[in-house]
Amino acid sequence: MAAPAVPSPVISARDLRVQFGDREVLHGLNFDIFHAETVVVIGGSGSGKSTLLRTLVGLEKPSAGQVHVKGVDITKASSRAMDDIRKKIGLAFQGGALIGSLSVGENIALPLLEHTTLQPTTIEVMVRIKLEQVGLTGFENYSPSQLSGGMKKRAAFARALAMDPEILFFDEPSAGLDPITAAGIDGLILDLKEAYSMSMVVVTHELASAFLIADRIILIDRGNIVAMGPAQEVRESQHPRVRQFLDRVADTTQDDDVDHLRMLTEGLR
Amino acid sequence: MQFVAEVGAATERSVAYVGGLAQLFGSSLRVLFRSPLKRSRLAHRAVHQAMVVGVGALPIVSLITFFVGVIIALQGAYELQRLGAMQLVASLVSISITRELGPLITAIVVIGRSGSAFAAEIGTMRVTEELDALETMALDPVAFLVTPKFLAMAVMMPCLAVWSDFIGVLGGCMFGIASGNFTFGSYTIATRDALVAHDVTTGIVKALVFGLVITAVGCQEGFSTGAGAEEVGRSTTSAVVTSILLVILIDLVFTTLFYLARGTA
Repeated sequence: MAAPAVPSPVISARDLRVQFGDREVLHGLNFDIFHAETVVVIGGSGSGKSTLLRTLVGLEKPSAGQVHVKGVDITKASSRAMDDIRKKIGLAFQGGALIGSLSVGENIALPLLEHTTLQPTTIEVMVRIKLEQVGLTGFENYSPSQLSGGMKKRAAFARALAMDPEILFFDEPSAGLDPITAAGIDGLILDLKEAYSMSMVVVTHELASAFLIADRIILIDRGNIVAMGPAQEVRESQHPRVRQFLDRVADTTQDDDVDHLRMLTEGLR
Repeated sequence: MQFVAEVGAATERSVAYVGGLAQLFGSSLRVLFRSPLKRSRLAHRAVHQAMVVGVGALPIVSLITFFVGVIIALQGAYELQRLGAMQLVASLVSISITRELGPLITAIVVIGRSGSAFAAEIGTMRVTEELDALETMALDPVAFLVTPKFLAMAVMMPCLAVWSDFIGVLGGCMFGIASGNFTFGSYTIATRDALVAHDVTTGIVKALVFGLVITAVGCQEGFSTGAGAEEVGRSTTSAVVTSILLVILIDLVFTTLFYLARGTA
């Protein structure tokens, strides 16, 4: 196959819709994510940004549209094809989601043990390298419950990196951390960006860190993309919802709260 | 009409629930024969589970079945003494323990210890996104969590049942000796004469099925946990209550079947 003139995207979503029950959360999103770029998805609580992330890694099924990851349409992929894609991606969860019954080192070794035929000694070395990269040298034998919030996130990064993924996803990497630890995490993401040529998709609502790490920004509001483009372009956008989000202006009407309440009560019905 | 509709809906839910249990068991079996995980680590996890659910339950199972053995002997003696048939205490204890109470009491203890723990473990993993993490690493949660539990329970429940048979009979023996009607030797001989191999195998078959049901219910409740810590509590409670109900139901079915089989033999 000849190299295309235009770089082909690693992730490409067309008219992506996700529905929970009869409530649509994402209303037809179109976007591409290219090789080795860092895209930050920002948006308020309940905007659908976490749902988008979960859909891209195959944890939620879209109700309509297509999502191509590495050229494979994950909305139609068999579970085996999905597993093959999952071996090429890494996801760092908001709370770490480290397996509590395993040590930090075993958590990172887990995907290597299950998916590769590497010798245990090789895996041990790789675990040590990954931990060193995220600044957790010597924490192999700690249990996840012994780590602080920031350390858990770092360990989760190390696990997501274990299989040398081509696409790395981060769910709220700096949420719930103090400013110093959060800055450390931002620095770590920038380091990873430099060290590996992989695509990164970061979901966050922290504006400062978004503009620091992003090549491009996608702003999602109530299930729609309202702005998408290079960080600088989004920062200067005059779109009212973008300005409201960036300037941290509260909604004047109570619409959001009423919507949110309706969403909750509909969920109970 | 409303009532009929509700009964219908409840029946449908129950059938779907049992279907879910069967599906969980089926996919675990599939993993066992076509393991995407490397077998040695599957065995390693199963052994770890077996230590927790089986060996860990030994003290409490021993204590409880010993007391149950004494209680059966006491209750039996209360009636048999009037008939002057105290020598039948040994056979009463041995048959009721091996055919019925050994496996049943073991199952109840294992539900309390392990069925609830399965639901809590998997439920917590659901809440902390650990199940999602396994999935995004292309690891099947059933293969990783459920299959080792089924394996461990399928081996350990029969073992625990046989052990509880032994301890229960020992409890009856203690009473027999204390009441002055038996010596250790005569009680042993009386027990041996009363029991046939079939009594013990009946109990073992029951224990095996109980073990599978307890695992399936515990894991299914864990997987169906919603969001939030209180949901884990709900799953755990539900796992215990449902397991006890199902174990008693299955016990009834098996006992009836064994009774009928005996009638025709």
